[in-house]
Order: sequence, then C-alpha cells, then structure tokens
Amino acid sequence: MSLLKQSILSINKKLAAREVSAVELVNASYDRIASTDSQVQAFLTLTKEQATARATILDAVLSGGEGNAVLAANPLFGIPMGIKDNIVTKGVRTTCASKFLENYTAIYDATVISKLNASNAVMVGKLNMDEFAMGSSNENSAFFPTRNPWDLTAVPGGSSGASAASVAAGQVSFSLGSDTGGSIRQPASYCGVVGVKPTYGRVSRYGLVAFASSLDQIGPLTNSVEDAAVVLESICGHDAMDSTSAEVSTPRFRDALTGDIKGLKIGVVSEWIGHGVEVGVRDAINTALKELEAAGAIVEEVHLPHSEHVLGTYYLLASSEASSNLARFDGVRYGVRAQGVKDLNELYVRSRSEGFGPEVQRRIMLGTYALSTGYYDAYYLKAQKVRTLIKQDFDRLFETYDLIVGPTAPTVAFSLGAQFEDPKTMYLNDICTIPVNLAGLPAISLPCGFSKEMPVGLQMIAKPFDEATMLRAAHAYEQRTTHHNVLPAWKGGNV
Amino acid sequence: MSETLTQKPFETVVGLEVHVELHTKTKIFCGCSTSFGAPANTNTCPICLGHPGVLPVLNKQALEYAMKAAIALNCEIGSISKFDRKNYFYPDSPKAYQISQYDQPVGLNGWIDIEVNGATKRIGITRIHLEEDAGKLTHESSGFSSLVDFNRVGTPLIEIVSEPELRSPEEAKLYLEKLRSILLYCDVSDVKMEEGSLRCDANISLRPWGQEKLGTRTELKNMNSFRGVQRGLEYEEWRQADVLLSGGKIVQETLRWDDAKGITISMRSKEEAHDYRYFPDPDLVTIHIDQAWKERVQASIPELPDARKARYQSQYELSPYDADVLTSTMILADFFEESLKHTKDSKSAANWIMGDLLGYLNQHGKELTDISLTGAMLGEMIGLIENGTISSKIAKTVFKSMIESGKPPKTIVEEQGLVQISDEGAIKAVVEKIVAANPQSVADFKAGKDRAIGFLVGQVMKETKGKANPGLVNQLIADALTNS
Amino acid sequence: MSITLGNVEHVAKLAKLQLSHEDKENMVEQLNNILAFADALSTVETDHVAPTSHVLPISNVMRADAPKESVSLQLALQNAPDADEGQFRVPAVLDTGSEA
Repeated sequence: MSLLKQSILSINKKLAAREVSAVELVNASYDRIASTDSQVQAFLTLTKEQATARATILDAVLSGGEGNAVLAANPLFGIPMGIKDNIVTKGVRTTCASKFLENYTAIYDATVISKLNASNAVMVGKLNMDEFAMGSSNENSAFFPTRNPWDLTAVPGGSSGASAASVAAGQVSFSLGSDTGGSIRQPASYCGVVGVKPTYGRVSRYGLVAFASSLDQIGPLTNSVEDAAVVLESICGHDAMDSTSAEVSTPRFRDALTGDIKGLKIGVVSEWIGHGVEVGVRDAINTALKELEAAGAIVEEVHLPHSEHVLGTYYLLASSEASSNLARFDGVRYGVRAQGVKDLNELYVRSRSEGFGPEVQRRIMLGTYALSTGYYDAYYLKAQKVRTLIKQDFDRLFETYDLIVGPTAPTVAFSLGAQFEDPKTMYLNDICTIPVNLAGLPAISLPCGFSKEMPVGLQMIAKPFDEATMLRAAHAYEQRTTHHNVLPAWKGGNV
Repeated sequence: MSETLTQKPFETVVGLEVHVELHTKTKIFCGCSTSFGAPANTNTCPICLGHPGVLPVLNKQALEYAMKAAIALNCEIGSISKFDRKNYFYPDSPKAYQISQYDQPVGLNGWIDIEVNGATKRIGITRIHLEEDAGKLTHESSGFSSLVDFNRVGTPLIEIVSEPELRSPEEAKLYLEKLRSILLYCDVSDVKMEEGSLRCDANISLRPWGQEKLGTRTELKNMNSFRGVQRGLEYEEWRQADVLLSGGKIVQETLRWDDAKGITISMRSKEEAHDYRYFPDPDLVTIHIDQAWKERVQASIPELPDARKARYQSQYELSPYDADVLTSTMILADFFEESLKHTKDSKSAANWIMGDLLGYLNQHGKELTDISLTGAMLGEMIGLIENGTISSKIAKTVFKSMIESGKPPKTIVEEQGLVQISDEGAIKAVVEKIVAANPQSVADFKAGKDRAIGFLVGQVMKETKGKANPGLVNQLIADALTNS
Repeated sequence: MSITLGNVEHVAKLAKLQLSHEDKENMVEQLNNILAFADALSTVETDHVAPTSHVLPISNVMRADAPKESVSLQLALQNAPDADEGQFRVPAVLDTGSEA
C-alpha cells in the first residue's frame, strides 16, 4: 500500500517518530506519480523542485528542538498534496485545464494555499480538471482526460476528477478540489474517496478561479473522513479578502468524530433513490441506510418538492455567472492572444474562440442568453426565485432532520467517451449534488460500496455550518464498514 | 430669457450625466493607491488587474462619500444598496464588466437649485450611484496600437444623473458649477474637470415649443471644461435646430466635442447592439443602510452653499451677489466667517475679501490656500480701522504686507510705525504750521473756494505721512480757517 | 421559448465568440435541449418569492480605506501577451475610453 494511503495523523506520528522524513514523503509522492500517472494522467504540472526544497526546510525544522511541538500543532506538516488547477498558486502555472491559460503563471496565492503553506503541507503539483470546472468527467480538459484508477477506461468524474483520482491512486495524501454543482463529491464517489463541499462561505474563494461565484466552494478530497476533518481545520476560516466569507469560527472537526450517532435523525430523499438511479447504486445506498440505523440513527424518507427544477435553476444561474466571470479572459492582460488580428474585436473574438473549449463556449452562450435583454426575467430572475424555493425545501427538512442523505450520483463512473456527445445526459449526473450548492449547504461523499465493481458514494448533507454533525455521521459509518479500505483495481492497467 | 424665448424656434432639453472621482486614499475594491501621476501600471494588483480568482471588497469610505454627496444633493438614501455587473468588453475594463449599481443605487430623487436670471430653478437629480473607474488608454504614435495603463482602474466614481430639466447650455453650466460647489463643500472629490476628476456627458434634444414629447436626442462626450460643456451644447443646439429647420431628422447618436475646432463629430463606433446584461454581483453582498448610519453621514456635511448664502443675506445683510461670491467655495466662506470673530463689520470684511483679496489672488494667479493670510488677520485689521489705530488708507498697505509677510496686522503696524495719529494736540500743531505756510489757500477759502480745504488736508496728510486721523484733520483745518 | 439561429448569432457577438455555421446549428440544438429544463421553471409559482442571489445572510462587508502594497510592474506585466512602455498593448482603438 502506498505510504500516502495511510491516514494523515498516522503519517504525522511516523514523522514524529522519525520513521519517515518530509523529503521521503515528497519522494514517495513523486515515485507513485512516476509509476501511475502515465495511466491516471492526473497532473498538469509538477512542482518537484519547489516541493523538495520545501520538504528539506521542513526536515530541518524537524531536526530542531521544536520539531515535535510543530508536528503536534500541524498535522499537515510535510503532507504531500495536489491542488486542482483552478486554485491559483503564485509563481506556478495555473491553467484551469484551458488552452486559454496554458502559459499563465499566477501572480498571487489563493487564500487556501497561504493557509496550507502555513500548515506546512507540501504541494507536489497541479491537478487536471474539466476546463474551468465545467463538466462531470474530466474529458473537458483541454489537455488530456484523467482516468479512473478503478478502471482506466472509465472517467474519474468531474470537474475535480484528477483531484479524486490522485488521492485514489495514492499519488498524494489529499487534494483540493472545487465544487459548484457536485464537482468534488461526484468524482469522490466515482473514485471511491471522501470529498467534502463545505458550507458556502466556510472556505475563502479568494484565488479560486470563479465558475459560478454564488455556488463555488473549495473543499478537500481525502482517503478518510478523519483526513477530511484535518484538512478542513486548516483551510476553513473567515477571510477579509472574500466578501462572501462567513465570520464563523472553525471548530476542531476531529473532536466531532466520536462514532456516536444514536438518535441522529436522517432524512433520505426519495426523489434520489427512485427512477433513473442505477440498481447497484440504490442497493448500496439502502445497505448503507441500514447500517446507519444499526448505529442508532433514525432514518426516514423525505421529499424535495422542487427536485425536478434543480437542473434548470442550476444551469441558468451557473452559466449566467460564468458568462460574466469568464469575460475577463480577453487576451489583453494575460492568457492566449490570437495572432495576426486586424483589430480589437478580432483580438477578443479569436482569442476567446481559440482559447475556450466547446463546453465552456456552450455555457458562456447559455449564460449570455439568459442575462440578455428580454430574457433576464424569464430565465435569470426566475431561476433565482426557484432557488429560494429549493433552499426552503431544505430549511423545512432541517427543522426535523439533522442530516439529509442519498446517493452522490445516480450511477457509478461511466466509460470515457460514453456521454461526451450528449451534454444533457451528462448534466443529469449532477441531479443529487446540485441542490446542495443552490442551498449553500455542506455535504460529504464517502464510499459506501460497489456497483458493477465500481465505487458508490453516499452523500450526507447538513445544516449550514454544521459540518461537524456531517463528519460525525460519516465517520461513524466509515468505522462500521470497510469500503474505504478497498484499493483501486486498476482495471485495464498494470499497476 | 424672454428674449431667447421669442428668438429660438425650439425648446432645448438637456440632461447631464456627471462622473465624479471620489478622493479616497485607495481604490473602491482593492487597497491600491489612487494617487495621481504614478508610473503606468504601478498602482495595480491582481484585483484591479482582473486576474483569475480575485474578489472585490468594498471600500467603506467610498460608500460613505457617495452617501454624503447623495444627501447633500437632497437624494433619498435607499435602505438597501447593492452592486451589479455591467458587462461589456473594452481594453480599459479588466474584468470585462464594470461593478456598478443598477436598480438599487445609493441615492434617488434629489435636486439642485440654480439661479437663472435672478430666479431659483430646481433641477431634478434622477439618481446617484457608486461604481469603479476604468483604466486609461493612450495611442501609440505609430497609429497601429493603443496602450493601457490600469492605475486609474478601480478609482471610486459616483455617477450623478440629472433629469432632462435643463433648458439651455447656460443652465447646464450653472448646474455644473453648483454641483461642483456642493461636492467641494462635502470634501468628497477634487472636482477638477481639467484633471478628469469630474467628467460630464450631455444629452440634448430640441422640441417645438409647447410639445411635451421629447425630441430625438444626441449624446455629447469629450467636453473637458465647464465652458466646453456650454460651447458644445450651444453648437449642438444650433446644429440640431439647423437640421430640423431644413426639414431633416436628428439621428440618435453619440458625438464627440472637438474643442479646438468648435464642432461635434459623430463617433460612429460600429454600433454593436449594447446589452450590458446587468445582474447582481455575486462577489459582493448587500449593503443595509439604517437611519443611524445615514444620520452619522449627514452630520459630517457642513452647511452647504445655498444655506450659507441665505444666512449671509439675513444675518450679515449682504447683497445676494456678495453672499454668492463669498459662498462660492467653502474655504472662502470659512475665511469670511473667521474674520467676523474679530470684527462686527461684516460689510467691510466682505468688501476687503471681494475687492482686495480676490483681486490679489486673481492678479497673482494664486489660490487662497497658497497664501498665509487668515480670516483672523483680516478681522483684526478691520478692528484696527474701527478703533482708529490705522486709517483705511494705511490699511491698504497693511493688507498687502500681511499677504506678503504673513505677519499679523498689529506687528506690521508697529514695525512700520503706521499707527494713526489721533492726538488732537499733535495734529493741531501740524495744522497750524500748514495754515501759516499757505496764506494763499486761506485767502482762497475766505473768498469762497471750498476746495482749498482739500489742498490743506492733503498737505497735513503728507506732513504726517498719511498717519493723521483724516476726520480729525478735516475738523481741525475747518476750525483753524474759521478762526483765522 | 426556443432559441433561434438569430439568437445564437446575437449572443455570440455579445460574448465575443466566433462560431462556424455548423457550430451555430449545433449550438441551437444543444441550447434548446438545456433550455427545456429552464423553460420548465415557468410552471413554478413564484409571484411572492424573493430571488436569492446570496444564500448567506451576510451584509455590509467593507474594508477600511487603508492602502496595501501594489504589485511590481514586472509582476503586473508578467503574463502580458504584448506590452510596451510599461503598458499593455492592444490594436488601436479609436476613442478614448469606455463609458465608465
């Protein structure tokens, strides 16, 4: 088993016992990348020189008198991590998996990067994704598709597909992804890892290249719930650079992992386990619900009355915001500039058309249309109102229930190329994850079994800023099951 | 006005959109300096350069300056204010959208009073909103390319939109002057049109007298002074009338005022359908403005020019014209009021300020802030005239000396020995000497030539180097002549 | 509502995108597929529903008017596709600025 499949806290103990050094951890990461990434294709950029230099400094700290005190205070000390390439990293290429930013070097660090640097985690590279986080398969990367370590002919999900795949493959101990409509949870589900989308406002968005500003959140992808709690403790917190960052304190999430969920009231969304859900997924979820009941939780079926309007609402709002957020990619200050343009308009049009892939262009078109004169009220404003109703659906449920659960995705990972031609079908993958973003809620996806030999994800959704309850339940479930200990099968590969 | 009414074939309708840069220390959404004149692109950061991933955070001072201006311009302050994105591509706009305010601006429904031919006319202000400025484009000499400097981008602006209630280019100029004066009083902007901290676009249309429906309007840009606004509008008023009178139609378009040539030129930028696709900026949150906050801002607004003018007329019995001049800037009005702490003679203070002081500044091309003369010094000097220490004539010398040396009047009077001689005995001695030395004048007086007195007074003043109390001199000479 | 080729052309102009004729026709079909979801929203009763643009009840987030250090000119221009005299260069534009 890769060293990096071990829990963060156990690696921390090994560092404390001097059984492993920070440089050895970084080397383990790069060794694993060397042996697996030709198959997984998770990394867009490796930062070996910086990572090794950093690990060397960390080892020097360890050899000093304060070494173990620093380790005790910093569980992420020396831990190799991968960062989704839509999170800016100063001095390092940040592409959003877009041709437009192929040669863009960020000129500042995202707040989460500053926080992780302060926690002494070590970034080993930048991870592939669907271009500008638009997609559910990683096939929309302008560079190459990332593959699922369970089956190399399957997608890892998206848009944080490589973030999930790299953790599943043991290339890094944890990664960061971003979640606008399920982009952390769906790939976590497909790759059999844990993925958390925090409450909107819990993690600073400063330095996350915006897709849909009112929906985007950064979150961790990890091997276990405990690891997720550890990473969240580092990246959460109010940030004066983000006006939408909530002024709430960050609890010590690890303290919530008591294993006790007796009396916890859980609602299961019936709309998510009915028609259109793969049988194997439904079975895995039902088994998981029984396990939660066995642990003392009270499980009841609930409804989200506006479920059928979730997709329409999401695609209008997310695309509208995206059309404006991506307007800055105009070829004037950075990024691609088309050659041989005759005037300014051609500079804009050709730079953008040559720089953006088809899915990005499609969403920009949709969003521009939804915001344009004559359509604003019927589309954008209407979607904002339905968003209110979707949020109220959850508010009502949370009057009774502590958690809402269901599958993360209606299917397991599909084959590369299978859904590429039909965006509508692909969008349906997000039906269970999107409402969470619309309502700004925290949610987690964790492994809960297999269907067709591929991992199935269980999604748990909590009240705003109640990540602790969600992590407690997820951890209790994880402790009672072994799905998370099963390693990827590397079907079709040779690892 | 009645003359114009009969002469002009059409009624002119003008509305102004004025952009004013607020003089905060930093930009509206990032911490970069707003200082003027730094090398290109050195007052920039990832945020104002619109790099991927950046987020705006509102500068509280910018909002409060906007609130202050809105309150001073009699606007209603909405209890909720929010920011929207105005989407358009242009190289000086780094995010390809401008953060502005669409349907919930800081201020609504305000007004400004202007004086038109002695009558007060109220001009409505539709709205005042807060937004960010764009960068600066210059053109390379080759003509093939333009250069962009983003130092200015993100400077906070307020846009002040008037109702189309101005009826002449002259009124437009009066409106701008009043607007500038109020904003200067509020201390929210330098309001210098020549430096771009006030920019004005004008909409103008003509319609037959008595018609309610507005005519087709044109929009005028690129006017760089108040006079330029007036001239541009005058030209456009003439041009539109000419088109209409010759049976033509006005084309709705944007025109550029060419100040040197004195004409407007169609901008004819490929009229791509503008559709700004305004929507609430999801990166910024709503601003709730409660009564207490409004009151705090209101309390920071000084007495404004109209109120001061009215008070000067009633309290100090100044003419409307004098009151207008003295309140034209707050610094001048404050100077005037400072002087009145040292003298009760408000008319005299007003006269000194409007005559000698403004004359001096005008002549030397200086601002009041350039010289060290204070209102207190002027008031003290007038006090010295009142108590007979110096004569009005000597005061002219003292005044000039105060401006140039910055010394208080008493010091100048003492140093230069300018104290007026009011000692009757001393003057009498001089009078007697002069009368004795000028028998011909005495004879002339006796023969009925009164102006002989003037000559003798002049001689006495000359003998005393102008310091003799003129009243006393007159009286003592009259006595001496009658008694001789 | 159904999107037309004319809509697509207009929107592409606004969005500064260039589509081939084939792209445009595909776009019409794909957008109409997605808009089917959007059009379904019209069946939802929202007369007395306030729009949500922020899920969090956060308001009045502001910063003090305190200067922060700007970036170096070198960093500002680091990614510029074309720069000259410390400025970003673009093809000549006729007028003097946007309407800001």
